[in-house]
Amino acid sequence: MTAQPVESIEPIAEAAPRRKRLALVASKGTLDQAYPPLILATTAASLGWEVGIYFTFYGLDILHKDRLEKLKMASLANPSGPIQVPNLLGALPGATTAATKVMKKWMREARMPDVPEFIEMAQGLEVTFFACATTMGVMGVEEGDLIKGCEIAGAAAFLDYAASADVQLFV
Amino acid sequence: MTTQINVTETLDTSGVLCPLPVYKAALVLKRMEPGQVLELTCTDPGSLEDIPAMARQRGDTLLETDDRGATQVFWIEKGTTL
Repeated sequence: MTAQPVESIEPIAEAAPRRKRLALVASKGTLDQAYPPLILATTAASLGWEVGIYFTFYGLDILHKDRLEKLKMASLANPSGPIQVPNLLGALPGATTAATKVMKKWMREARMPDVPEFIEMAQGLEVTFFACATTMGVMGVEEGDLIKGCEIAGAAAFLDYAASADVQLFV
Repeated sequence: MTTQINVTETLDTSGVLCPLPVYKAALVLKRMEPGQVLELTCTDPGSLEDIPAMARQRGDTLLETDDRGATQVFWIEKGTTL
Protein backbone atom coordinates (compact mmCIF):
# COMPACT_ATOMS: atom_id res chain seq x y z
CA MET A 1 0.00 0.00 0.00
CA THR A 2 1.40 3.35 -0.97
CA ALA A 3 0.85 6.54 0.91
CA GLN A 4 -1.72 8.84 -0.58
CA PRO A 5 0.05 11.84 -2.11
CA VAL A 6 -1.04 15.06 -0.48
CA GLU A 7 -1.86 16.60 -3.88
CA SER A 8 -4.67 14.14 -4.47
CA ILE A 9 -6.71 15.30 -1.51
CA GLU A 10 -9.98 16.77 -2.77
CA PRO A 11 -9.90 20.55 -2.50
CA ILE A 12 -12.51 21.85 -0.10
CA ALA A 13 -15.33 23.42 -2.07
CA GLU A 14 -15.09 27.18 -1.89
CA ALA A 15 -17.65 28.40 0.59
CA ALA A 16 -19.92 31.27 -0.36
CA PRO A 17 -18.32 34.49 0.87
CA ARG A 18 -19.55 35.16 4.38
CA ARG A 19 -20.48 38.74 5.26
CA LYS A 20 -18.25 40.31 7.85
CA ARG A 21 -19.92 41.16 11.12
CA LEU A 22 -19.45 44.09 13.53
CA ALA A 23 -20.71 43.83 17.11
CA LEU A 24 -20.76 47.10 19.05
CA VAL A 25 -21.63 47.92 22.62
CA ALA A 26 -23.01 51.45 23.17
CA SER A 27 -22.88 52.06 26.91
CA LYS A 28 -22.98 55.85 27.12
CA GLY A 29 -25.90 58.21 26.76
CA THR A 30 -24.20 61.55 26.28
CA LEU A 31 -24.50 63.38 22.98
CA ASP A 32 -20.80 63.12 22.14
CA GLN A 33 -20.65 59.42 22.95
CA ALA A 34 -23.74 58.58 20.90
CA TYR A 35 -21.94 59.39 17.66
CA PRO A 36 -19.02 56.92 17.56
CA PRO A 37 -21.14 53.72 17.61
CA LEU A 38 -23.60 55.21 15.09
CA ILE A 39 -20.81 56.34 12.75
CA LEU A 40 -19.06 52.98 12.93
CA ALA A 41 -22.32 51.09 12.45
CA THR A 42 -23.45 53.06 9.39
CA THR A 43 -19.98 52.81 7.88
CA ALA A 44 -19.67 49.06 8.40
CA ALA A 45 -23.16 48.47 7.03
CA SER A 46 -22.24 50.60 4.00
CA LEU A 47 -19.26 48.28 3.45
CA GLY A 48 -21.69 45.40 3.27
CA TRP A 49 -21.07 44.15 6.80
CA GLU A 50 -23.73 42.79 9.10
CA VAL A 51 -23.94 45.10 12.13
CA GLY A 52 -25.47 44.85 15.58
CA ILE A 53 -25.31 47.39 18.40
CA TYR A 54 -26.03 46.40 21.99
CA PHE A 55 -27.39 49.46 23.81
CA THR A 56 -26.80 49.04 27.50
CA PHE A 57 -27.00 51.19 30.63
CA TYR A 58 -27.05 54.89 29.68
CA GLY A 59 -26.50 53.90 26.06
CA LEU A 60 -30.12 52.73 26.05
CA ASP A 61 -31.16 56.42 25.98
CA ILE A 62 -30.10 56.43 22.32
CA LEU A 63 -33.04 54.10 21.61
CA HIS A 64 -35.44 55.89 23.96
CA LYS A 65 -38.16 57.71 22.01
CA ASP A 66 -38.38 60.65 24.43
CA ARG A 67 -34.68 60.89 25.26
CA LEU A 68 -32.80 60.32 22.03
CA GLU A 69 -33.40 63.86 20.79
CA LYS A 70 -32.46 65.33 24.15
CA LEU A 71 -29.05 63.74 24.68
CA LYS A 72 -26.70 66.17 26.36
CA MET A 73 -23.03 66.56 26.95
CA ALA A 74 -21.39 68.09 29.98
CA SER A 75 -18.26 70.17 30.14
CA LEU A 76 -17.92 68.90 33.71
CA ALA A 77 -15.18 66.25 33.89
CA ASN A 78 -14.75 66.52 30.12
CA PRO A 79 -11.54 68.44 29.43
CA SER A 80 -11.99 67.93 25.66
CA GLY A 81 -15.51 69.33 25.57
CA PRO A 82 -16.57 72.27 23.44
CA ILE A 83 -16.53 74.70 26.36
CA GLN A 84 -13.20 74.82 28.14
CA VAL A 85 -14.08 75.87 31.67
CA PRO A 86 -12.85 74.69 35.06
CA ASN A 87 -14.93 71.86 36.53
CA LEU A 88 -16.18 74.18 39.25
CA LEU A 89 -17.84 76.39 36.59
CA GLY A 90 -18.92 73.39 34.57
CA ALA A 91 -21.03 72.39 37.56
CA LEU A 92 -23.03 75.61 37.41
CA PRO A 93 -26.63 75.49 36.19
CA GLY A 94 -26.81 75.96 32.45
CA ALA A 95 -23.25 74.81 31.74
CA THR A 96 -24.36 71.44 30.35
CA THR A 97 -27.03 73.07 28.21
CA ALA A 98 -24.44 75.49 26.85
CA ALA A 99 -21.93 72.73 26.06
CA THR A 100 -24.68 70.73 24.36
CA LYS A 101 -25.67 73.71 22.23
CA VAL A 102 -22.09 74.25 21.10
CA MET A 103 -21.64 70.59 20.24
CA LYS A 104 -24.86 70.58 18.21
CA LYS A 105 -23.75 73.73 16.40
CA TRP A 106 -20.39 72.15 15.57
CA MET A 107 -22.07 69.08 14.14
CA ARG A 108 -24.60 71.11 12.16
CA GLU A 109 -21.90 73.35 10.70
CA ALA A 110 -19.89 70.27 9.68
CA ARG A 111 -23.09 69.02 7.98
CA MET A 112 -23.09 65.90 10.15
CA PRO A 113 -26.41 64.11 10.60
CA ASP A 114 -27.92 64.42 14.09
CA VAL A 115 -28.62 61.40 16.29
CA PRO A 116 -32.19 60.75 15.02
CA GLU A 117 -30.91 60.95 11.44
CA PHE A 118 -28.10 58.49 12.18
CA ILE A 119 -30.60 56.11 13.72
CA GLU A 120 -32.74 56.32 10.59
CA MET A 121 -29.66 55.74 8.39
CA ALA A 122 -28.65 52.72 10.47
CA GLN A 123 -32.13 51.24 10.34
CA GLY A 124 -32.24 51.78 6.59
CA LEU A 125 -29.05 49.70 6.37
CA GLU A 126 -30.64 46.98 8.51
CA VAL A 127 -28.38 47.48 11.52
CA THR A 128 -29.73 45.39 14.42
CA PHE A 129 -30.47 47.36 17.58
CA PHE A 130 -30.28 45.20 20.71
CA ALA A 131 -31.87 46.79 23.79
CA CYS A 132 -30.34 45.50 27.02
CA ALA A 133 -33.08 43.74 28.97
CA THR A 134 -31.34 44.29 32.33
CA THR A 135 -31.06 48.04 31.74
CA MET A 136 -34.75 48.14 30.90
CA GLY A 137 -35.53 46.39 34.18
CA VAL A 138 -33.17 48.50 36.27
CA MET A 139 -34.22 51.82 34.76
CA GLY A 140 -37.90 51.05 34.35
CA VAL A 141 -37.88 51.30 30.55
CA GLU A 142 -40.75 49.58 28.74
CA GLU A 143 -40.64 48.20 25.21
CA GLY A 144 -43.08 50.94 24.18
CA ASP A 145 -40.59 53.58 25.34
CA LEU A 146 -38.12 52.48 22.69
CA ILE A 147 -38.07 53.28 18.98
CA LYS A 148 -39.59 50.62 16.72
CA GLY A 149 -37.54 47.65 15.59
CA CYS A 150 -35.39 47.01 18.68
CA GLU A 151 -34.58 43.49 19.76
CA ILE A 152 -34.74 43.07 23.52
CA ALA A 153 -31.84 40.85 24.55
CA GLY A 154 -29.66 39.91 27.47
CA ALA A 155 -25.91 39.55 27.62
CA ALA A 156 -25.92 35.90 26.52
CA ALA A 157 -27.87 36.67 23.34
CA PHE A 158 -25.54 39.54 22.48
CA LEU A 159 -22.43 37.46 23.19
CA ASP A 160 -23.84 34.74 20.97
CA TYR A 161 -24.11 37.37 18.20
CA ALA A 162 -20.69 38.86 19.00
CA ALA A 163 -18.97 35.47 19.05
CA SER A 164 -19.43 35.27 15.28
CA ALA A 165 -18.32 38.86 14.72
CA ASP A 166 -15.06 39.84 13.03
CA VAL A 167 -14.85 43.11 14.96
CA GLN A 168 -16.18 43.74 18.45
CA LEU A 169 -15.96 47.18 20.03
CA PHE A 170 -17.10 48.70 23.30
CA VAL A 171 -18.02 52.37 23.33
CA MET B 1 -6.82 59.74 -16.73
CA THR B 2 -4.70 57.52 -18.87
CA THR B 3 -7.47 55.23 -20.11
CA GLN B 4 -11.03 55.97 -21.09
CA ILE B 5 -13.46 55.03 -18.32
CA ASN B 6 -17.16 54.82 -19.07
CA VAL B 7 -18.84 56.45 -16.11
CA THR B 8 -22.35 55.23 -15.27
CA GLU B 9 -23.10 57.34 -12.18
CA THR B 10 -21.52 60.41 -10.62
CA LEU B 11 -21.71 61.48 -6.98
CA ASP B 12 -20.31 64.65 -5.44
CA THR B 13 -19.84 64.48 -1.66
CA SER B 14 -18.03 67.81 -1.38
CA GLY B 15 -18.39 69.40 2.03
CA VAL B 16 -19.40 66.34 4.02
CA LEU B 17 -17.30 64.22 6.33
CA CYS B 18 -17.02 60.54 7.26
CA PRO B 19 -19.23 58.52 7.29
CA LEU B 20 -21.24 60.37 4.65
CA PRO B 21 -19.02 59.90 1.55
CA VAL B 22 -18.91 56.12 2.12
CA TYR B 23 -22.58 55.97 3.17
CA LYS B 24 -23.77 57.93 0.12
CA ALA B 25 -21.46 56.08 -2.28
CA ALA B 26 -22.72 52.72 -1.00
CA LEU B 27 -26.33 53.80 -1.60
CA VAL B 28 -25.53 54.66 -5.22
CA LEU B 29 -23.44 51.51 -5.76
CA LYS B 30 -26.34 49.46 -4.42
CA ARG B 31 -28.56 50.41 -7.34
CA MET B 32 -25.79 49.90 -9.94
CA GLU B 33 -24.93 46.73 -11.85
CA PRO B 34 -21.61 44.87 -11.53
CA GLY B 35 -19.07 46.32 -13.96
CA GLN B 36 -20.64 49.79 -13.95
CA VAL B 37 -18.48 52.70 -12.81
CA LEU B 38 -19.16 55.35 -10.18
CA GLU B 39 -17.28 58.65 -10.36
CA LEU B 40 -17.06 59.85 -6.77
CA THR B 41 -15.88 63.31 -5.72
CA CYS B 42 -14.80 63.89 -2.11
CA THR B 43 -13.34 66.69 -0.03
CA ASP B 44 -13.19 64.76 3.28
CA PRO B 45 -9.47 64.56 4.13
CA GLY B 46 -9.99 60.92 5.16
CA SER B 47 -11.24 59.92 1.73
CA LEU B 48 -7.83 59.07 0.28
CA GLU B 49 -7.70 56.21 2.80
CA ASP B 50 -11.43 55.57 3.19
CA ILE B 51 -12.46 55.12 -0.42
CA PRO B 52 -9.79 52.48 -1.26
CA ALA B 53 -10.77 50.71 1.99
CA MET B 54 -14.44 50.85 1.01
CA ALA B 55 -13.67 49.33 -2.39
CA ARG B 56 -11.62 46.54 -0.78
CA GLN B 57 -14.27 45.72 1.80
CA ARG B 58 -17.19 45.83 -0.63
CA GLY B 59 -15.40 43.88 -3.33
CA ASP B 60 -15.44 46.75 -5.83
CA THR B 61 -12.42 47.82 -7.92
CA LEU B 62 -10.88 51.26 -7.53
CA LEU B 63 -9.89 51.93 -11.15
CA GLU B 64 -8.31 55.33 -10.70
CA THR B 65 -7.75 58.11 -8.17
CA ASP B 66 -7.18 61.75 -9.01
CA ASP B 67 -5.87 63.66 -6.01
CA ARG B 68 -6.43 67.33 -6.79
CA GLY B 69 -5.43 68.55 -3.34
CA ALA B 70 -8.59 69.79 -1.63
CA THR B 71 -10.69 67.51 -3.84
CA GLN B 72 -10.24 63.87 -4.73
CA VAL B 73 -11.99 62.03 -7.52
CA PHE B 74 -12.33 58.24 -7.52
CA TRP B 75 -13.53 55.89 -10.23
CA ILE B 76 -15.01 52.75 -8.70
CA GLU B 77 -16.14 49.72 -10.68
CA LYS B 78 -18.86 47.84 -8.90
CA GLY B 79 -17.93 44.23 -8.08
CA THR B 80 -20.09 41.15 -7.97
CA THR B 81 -20.16 40.51 -4.20
CA LEU B 82 -22.71 43.09 -3.05
